[in-house]
Amino acid sequence: MKRLVHRLGWPGTIALAIILLFVLVAILAPWIAPYPTQGAGAPNVAAKLSQPSANYWLGTDHLGRDILSRIIYGTRISLTNGVLIVAFSLLIGLPVGLAAGYFGGWVDEALMRGTDVFLAFPALLLAVLMAAALGPGFLNSIIAVAVTWWPWYARLARAEVLVLRGQPYVEAARLAGVSHQRIIIRHILPATGRPLTVQAALDVGPALLTAAALSFLGLGVLPPTADWGQMVDAGRKFFPARWWYSAMPGMTIFIIALAFSVLGDALRERKGGPARDAA
Amino acid sequence: MTLLDVRNLSVSIPTPEGDVHAVRSVDLSIERGEIHGVIGESGCGKTMTGMAMLGLVPQGARIAADRFHFDGEDLSENASRLRGRRIGLISQDPAAALNPVLSIARQMDDVLSAHRDMPRQTRHAEAAALLAATGLPDPEKVLKSYPHQLSGGMQQRVVIAQALATGADFLIADEPTTALDVSVGAQVLALLRRLVSERGLTVLMITHDMDVIAEACDRATVLYAGRSVETGPVDDVLRRPGHPYTRALLAALPDAGPHGARLAAIEGSIPPPRIAIAGCAFAPRCPQAMLVCAAEPPPMRARATHRWLCHLPEDAA
Amino acid sequence: MELLRYILRRTVLSAFVVVGVTFLVFVVAQVVPSDPAALYAGPRPTAEQIEKARQELNLDAPLPARFATFAAAMATGDFGVSYKSRRLIAEDLRSYLPATLELAVFSTGLALLIGIPLGVLAAARQGKWPDRLGSFSSIAAVAMPTFFLAMILQLVFAQWLGILPLSGRLSREISISAPLPMVTGFNMIDALLAGRIDAFGNALTHLILPALTLASYPAGVAMRLTRSAMIEILERRHVAAARALGLSEPRILFGHALPNAMGPALTVIGLSFAYALTGAVLVEIIFAWPGLGRYVSEAILAKDFPVIAAVTMVVTICYVVMNLMIDIAQALVDPRVALS
Repeated sequence: MKRLVHRLGWPGTIALAIILLFVLVAILAPWIAPYPTQGAGAPNVAAKLSQPSANYWLGTDHLGRDILSRIIYGTRISLTNGVLIVAFSLLIGLPVGLAAGYFGGWVDEALMRGTDVFLAFPALLLAVLMAAALGPGFLNSIIAVAVTWWPWYARLARAEVLVLRGQPYVEAARLAGVSHQRIIIRHILPATGRPLTVQAALDVGPALLTAAALSFLGLGVLPPTADWGQMVDAGRKFFPARWWYSAMPGMTIFIIALAFSVLGDALRERKGGPARDAA
Repeated sequence: MTLLDVRNLSVSIPTPEGDVHAVRSVDLSIERGEIHGVIGESGCGKTMTGMAMLGLVPQGARIAADRFHFDGEDLSENASRLRGRRIGLISQDPAAALNPVLSIARQMDDVLSAHRDMPRQTRHAEAAALLAATGLPDPEKVLKSYPHQLSGGMQQRVVIAQALATGADFLIADEPTTALDVSVGAQVLALLRRLVSERGLTVLMITHDMDVIAEACDRATVLYAGRSVETGPVDDVLRRPGHPYTRALLAALPDAGPHGARLAAIEGSIPPPRIAIAGCAFAPRCPQAMLVCAAEPPPMRARATHRWLCHLPEDAA
Repeated sequence: MELLRYILRRTVLSAFVVVGVTFLVFVVAQVVPSDPAALYAGPRPTAEQIEKARQELNLDAPLPARFATFAAAMATGDFGVSYKSRRLIAEDLRSYLPATLELAVFSTGLALLIGIPLGVLAAARQGKWPDRLGSFSSIAAVAMPTFFLAMILQLVFAQWLGILPLSGRLSREISISAPLPMVTGFNMIDALLAGRIDAFGNALTHLILPALTLASYPAGVAMRLTRSAMIEILERRHVAAARALGLSEPRILFGHALPNAMGPALTVIGLSFAYALTGAVLVEIIFAWPGLGRYVSEAILAKDFPVIAAVTMVVTICYVVMNLMIDIAQALVDPRVALS
């Protein structure tokens, strides 16, 4: 614990704790939600749009469902969204970057100009275009965001490989006639993987934020599944009179994105050993 | 007349691993109108000594001295006020000292407008005149240029012109020729000599190069491990060095000794700047070291204005 | 000479990217959707209508031929007809594009105006409270969901304080009773051209909240980039040299160090512009801003692919051109860029 605080500083440690708490909430959703059936989507019209109270800590939505329970269930969608977007992006970006960096020459040129095309789009717009083409839905929205996300990993991986390629042991392996495939998997991938994994873990925050924007636009999961972005959008019709409907899920998105952002900052800052405070 | 009078100057920088003693005890006495060389290996504290005079030490660093006077004013209080008014800096690497994205005209004008109350047109003419005074052939063209369009020698002349533009009469030249070719470096030294005699400047020349001392300086002070160990007229210091370290430095020059002789590098290395030193700092490397050397601070030896700190008796030098 | 070659190379690369972008938009808008003809033919089409639509849309032609037709149409600004409204898309863009650009330009300016001075301040007071506060706000700005921030700003400034309009681009009194002649499409410029100070002020107050929403993220990035660039620059020799020459501290910060940090500032312009163009989708819905974002979001709900394709093309080309101009500007500001 002490070592963790030393490595991340207090803000970073708290941010990490918040993220872990969200993961826990996602796993335990059915057991900790005050109204599990409402969290899963069952309406409760008698109590519609009631303000925060002892019964409904964060109020209820237009179908009378407990917002806290909806948010707790929404954690599952949001976190899987974030993780899957990053995973899919790595799945495309990593091989592209590895190939471009390792083989160089025209392979590099072709692959990198290709990623340039994807990077030429303003990211959310391409995601919106993709999501529109694929239609709304959980998996589709993830693919839509991943399409705009992978080029960054391709670039990152390529930059790492360019450094590694010149290393004596890689050179030696190549001269010894080890196959390209084996060199990449044995020597290059493990060394590239580490920095990339850290980056990818931190990107879950922004990825989840983008996914929330898509579902705010009605391109995410379909109701009655609970989803934060979609809740903010649904609450807009009742805003600001029934402010809690939009504000509570909005706050939740902000908190988890902030936690990822603070953690990322803490990791970057502490990279070169403990930072010395200026006197 | 003494322009700069420094006694027992020390600069220490606190770090989590303990204090770094960048300067331990430096005495300097610089007369008006002379070029005074300060020589030593890298890490001996010569640059930090110069920075202390400018008030440009790293944040948190502590400066202490028995006497730290410039023309009667206490530098420990007034350094930042005197900096750029009376005391100027010519730094090691002219390419790094000039702002890469501003034109020379803009950089000259900034200095002039900070120190001289004159209209814009006059400032431009003055800038051109100062550049011409440093021997730059086409000042108008130089004014229009950006630093990367000039050669190293030209850049260093611009830096010198900037220092002149402040109106400073005391210049700290920190290795002004290190980044330059030998012949260009010689020209810059000649320029400094000319400016000293024409404009009545005083120069503190920081260098690690005995040739620079021999070529350009009137007097010299030798620093070792943050201490001034020897000072005197250049002729005395070079011909009849008192301190074994000075002798070792001179012996390390490539053209010293009989033809074909091996370059006599000094064995060992300078003491790390974090430890405290009881006796003579050079004792571990000194070929003539005695038992007393490591234990007690060496006494002052003197021959007229030539002084050094050593346990060896005067005639042993 | 190097500069010219650099500009030429960047331009050629950008042209290449535009071709790639066109291809990608073509694939997504015309190949991925299951049956464009059914959409084109209108609600509940008969088999005949669909067949007719297939022919009209040239869907039976081979893919390369279809792409060639598509690219040629895009190049000539012929974006076709909206499935939904049957209006010419190019016509619609003429009024929506300036509205979005107005927002993008204004928010970019706002982002720089807020972010850069804060970054300089944070660097100059490194580790002290202005630095800590600024760093935290910039992190928070990055984490804030755009759509949520927009709603909070509406709540505070329009609902509670009542000092700024809730939504829209002009008040009804002006847009209906005394409409502005459309010359440039930029309301504030048109108002000035018409000599209508009231309309100018009205347009400006409507612009503030959406622009502020879009500016918060790039302002945070601008602050961070400026801060780190300035910290690095302030440690350079020429800054110490400028101090040794007796220049005043503000002069050193803003006159000497900041021009070296113009690279990051230009980067922020590009980023901010891109963010505004995409964030427009979210912000324009919330603020009822009649721009491309709202246009495209309505098209999404209607599966109006020609509109979606047209907007994506136009916005992306704006973005590519913007990035090209920034690269060139960067080379002009710092001649060393062109050499590398």
